[in-house]
Amino acid sequence: MALAFDEYGRPFIILKEQDQKTRLRGLEAQKANISAGKAVARILRTSLGPKGMDKMLQSPDGDVTITNDGATILEQMDVDNQIAKLMVELSRSQDYEIGDGTTGVVVMAGALLEQAEHLLERGIHPIRIAEGYEMASRMAVEHLDHIAQKFDFGPTNIEPLVQTCMTTLSSKIVNRCKRPLAEISVKAVLSVADLERKDVNLDLIKVEGKVGGKLEDTELIYGITVDKDMSHPQMPKQIQDAKIAILTCPFEPPKPKTKHKVDIDTVEKFQTLRQQEQKYFDDMVQKCKDVGATLVICQWGFDDEANHLLMHRNLPAVRWVGGVELELIAIATGGRIVPRFQELTPEKLGRAGLVREKSFGTTKDKMLYIEHCANSRAVTIFIRGGNKMMIEETKRSIHDALCVARNLIRNNSIVYGGGSAEISCSIAVEAAADKYPGVEQYAIRAFADALDSVPMALAENSGLQPIETLSAVKSQQIKENNPHFGIDCNDVGTNDMREQNVFETLIGKQQQILLATQVVKMILKIDDVISPSDY
Amino acid sequence: MAIEKILKDDASEEKGERARMASFVGAIAITDLVKTTLGPKGMDKILQSTGRGHGVTVTNDGATILKSLHIDNPAAKVLIDISKVQDDEVGDGTTSVVVLAGELLREAEKLVAAKIHPMTIISGYRMAAECARNALLQRVVDNKENAEKFKSDLMKIAMTTLSSKILSQDKEHFAQLAVDAVMRLKGSTNLEAIQIIKKPGGSLMDSFLDEGFILDKKIGLGQPKRIENAKILVANTAMDTDKVKIYGARVRVDSMSKVAEIEGAEKEKMREKVQKIIAHGINCFVNRQLIYNFPEELFADAGVLAIEHADFDGIERLALVTGGEIASTFDNPESVKIGHCKLIEEIMIGEDKLIHFSGVEMGQACTIVLRGASHHVLDEAERSLHDALCVLSQTVNDTRVLLGGGWPEMVMAKEVDELARKTPGKKSHAIEAFSRALVAIPTIIADNAGLDSADLVAQLRAAHHKEGCNAGIDVISGSVGDMAELGISESFKVKQAVLLSATEAAEMILRVDEIITCAPRQREDRM
Repeated sequence: MALAFDEYGRPFIILKEQDQKTRLRGLEAQKANISAGKAVARILRTSLGPKGMDKMLQSPDGDVTITNDGATILEQMDVDNQIAKLMVELSRSQDYEIGDGTTGVVVMAGALLEQAEHLLERGIHPIRIAEGYEMASRMAVEHLDHIAQKFDFGPTNIEPLVQTCMTTLSSKIVNRCKRPLAEISVKAVLSVADLERKDVNLDLIKVEGKVGGKLEDTELIYGITVDKDMSHPQMPKQIQDAKIAILTCPFEPPKPKTKHKVDIDTVEKFQTLRQQEQKYFDDMVQKCKDVGATLVICQWGFDDEANHLLMHRNLPAVRWVGGVELELIAIATGGRIVPRFQELTPEKLGRAGLVREKSFGTTKDKMLYIEHCANSRAVTIFIRGGNKMMIEETKRSIHDALCVARNLIRNNSIVYGGGSAEISCSIAVEAAADKYPGVEQYAIRAFADALDSVPMALAENSGLQPIETLSAVKSQQIKENNPHFGIDCNDVGTNDMREQNVFETLIGKQQQILLATQVVKMILKIDDVISPSDY
Repeated sequence: MAIEKILKDDASEEKGERARMASFVGAIAITDLVKTTLGPKGMDKILQSTGRGHGVTVTNDGATILKSLHIDNPAAKVLIDISKVQDDEVGDGTTSVVVLAGELLREAEKLVAAKIHPMTIISGYRMAAECARNALLQRVVDNKENAEKFKSDLMKIAMTTLSSKILSQDKEHFAQLAVDAVMRLKGSTNLEAIQIIKKPGGSLMDSFLDEGFILDKKIGLGQPKRIENAKILVANTAMDTDKVKIYGARVRVDSMSKVAEIEGAEKEKMREKVQKIIAHGINCFVNRQLIYNFPEELFADAGVLAIEHADFDGIERLALVTGGEIASTFDNPESVKIGHCKLIEEIMIGEDKLIHFSGVEMGQACTIVLRGASHHVLDEAERSLHDALCVLSQTVNDTRVLLGGGWPEMVMAKEVDELARKTPGKKSHAIEAFSRALVAIPTIIADNAGLDSADLVAQLRAAHHKEGCNAGIDVISGSVGDMAELGISESFKVKQAVLLSATEAAEMILRVDEIITCAPRQREDRM
């Protein structure tokens, strides 16, 4: 594979180890890229919508994941192709930014690529296509703004939020009890939300899972759970009105950072050292006791002796609590994390109404619940389920629902789901295309066709006739000039999404269109692929 | 142009029908594997490990069998996982849950072949599961109020659970053991408090429950072998050499005499510690860590029984039974709670000497000593007893009880059938299939017992047509019998867990339409 030749036909060596690399260029490269992108989209296409199917993924180590979440599927697929990796990135960035719609964005990008392929075959330059797509996406986003509706909710009226979360959850395996889960998610988000600043810190919501029980047992705890138990088996298992000392120093003699040696050369020294040590332990425990703490939570371990002293002074303690949890506990209980015993003061103690240890199942599984905290901002969603995969999938679904609720608090505009927004955009873009002079017209029209692919996939997955259903809904939208008609996936009988209460967030939809267009533009601009050939 | 390859070399991808096929085949294979262990006449499996020594396990316990298998099929892994969870959560029914999930998938396979969409099957299954659960809820018996009756319920449950295990010969004996042990826990589910000691020799009938506590340790040399009215200090402290815990401390001396001095000081320190311990006014000292010869000798001189190196669980249990606390410092003897027991003595079980604490204050913990012909028998007996203990402790918390012997399945199947008749649409096929899967369990129980399953199940079905019927399969006589009279009971919690997690797992597998297997991680050490 040579790039350039001199006048005698000998190749110039430009690339390192040139003959070991393969190279694709021009139309061939674009087509190869498009087909790779399409292949990824095809995998996800069947998991779209409430009747979408799941994928089973086996990791390199043999662990099984069953999921419906686009971002997770792509991440676990371990793809090898560069373009496919771009698609993975695409869905990941949707996940980071919005949290939901990760499947839709990839399906959309796949459809755009497919349309681009047809246009390329007709000899339209890729840059023109890309520009046409850009224009069309802008139109679509504007149109979404136009059809979006604001809706009001408050701490007392959470129904609209619950409905939106239910739309998100309905495509997951947990749709059996989507209502309670949606309520849990909304309540969790609202309790940590800063409604004035319109911001939600999702870090304050901890999602914990434990196998066993059933999905219906999932609960929202206004407090924190820690997967730890009391350091001494005979400490009390339940503490009312706990005052919590949150420590990041171990119950051990100090280890100064500077290197030093304590030399023992006489019997006296040996004995004083010993007494010092004993006094040290005693002091530490006494300090905790003096400030009035009734529970000690420590990031490090304790020595056996310290453990017993704590027990002795009737001071329950928890050891080896992770940094993140420690921080959450501090936030929830309004305490301060104390790095040294000397700095322990009564004001720095956290407060919680009830701390209790709860055991599960037949094995010695125990968890610590810290409830009725001084500052109820931190909450925990505690998931139960039949098996590990179920819990993992529920965690992902709850995460999506939380993100949706957060997005709504940030921006309370919604569009209707079930493909209705896409169909409406497609009609608008199609109409605009005819007015546009120039080659881009074709690209804009192709964009409109690509928008149709999401409702089409929805219909297909729901076992409906895709083309028939789509054209019926489209004509209905134009005839009645109502952008709320979508695909009736659950066979409810009406395809007015407003009646079915199927909502999606406006920013989620807009982000989907923008991200998909961007990635497709990037892929279209590539005309040369150089890769090390495998041998 | 050929479709670009997007996955790595060794990775594989199966789609649509083929993916579904692969998961059905895997799940059904697993089901068939454990199916024969179900029921009182179920057979055992021998498992040989590939590790060093090729250890052999003989077992009837579904979770143990599945845990030991190396499976590559992802769907099969889901089933193994649910059985493991069942084991952790309720302890019994580990085989039933896998068999039910497998039967549900087997039925689903037929429906898929008849061109019914998996999503329709799932929604049918969900309705059926809900209906089946309600049917069970209506028929539960709750004897919480009546302690006498409740105890007999527990007894029946224990016997039912044990009847499918190796202990079935002496099930009454063991059921009594298990019930007694669980009743001592007084509602706690912490099975750690029940210690099971296995000693080969004797027969299974020689196993016994000890009221007190048995520690698998020897008494130090020259110390009393028998102590009455013992005062016990349970400790977790270093009795070898007390390290100086201040960081960076080290001994640096310039002459031999100094070494001797420091050694002396160290000894003195230990002597003081021992003195302090003895000052608690004890005559028995149990430590989790090692006790070196020197302090041991000191204890012996003071006539104190010193037991070293008890395991952590042992210490906890001992503290629990004697009512003492686990101590690590000994400066304030007046406030340390000391455990008491009437008698400590060395006893012999088989060839081994054990220390027996009897007449303990708090009766929460107890010890079950299992005797049996070989290690394999003992291991299996322990697993069986563990199952029984788990079920019982769960039943103490959730006192609802059902009849056994295929009765709950038939009750559920009947209700589900009713539902199927009332439901319009394709879902009704799925609901019907659910009921067939439920009936498969009594069928397998009968088959395993070598009975004419078709005939028996038909009879059962007819019998269940009447309201309030207690009919189930009586494996012993090989006919349909009254389960209430035969005293075959099961815990509602176990049945519910079986039903729900089997449905959940089946649903999960059905929803899959694509399997992507990543390239296995390369291991360097393997040639």
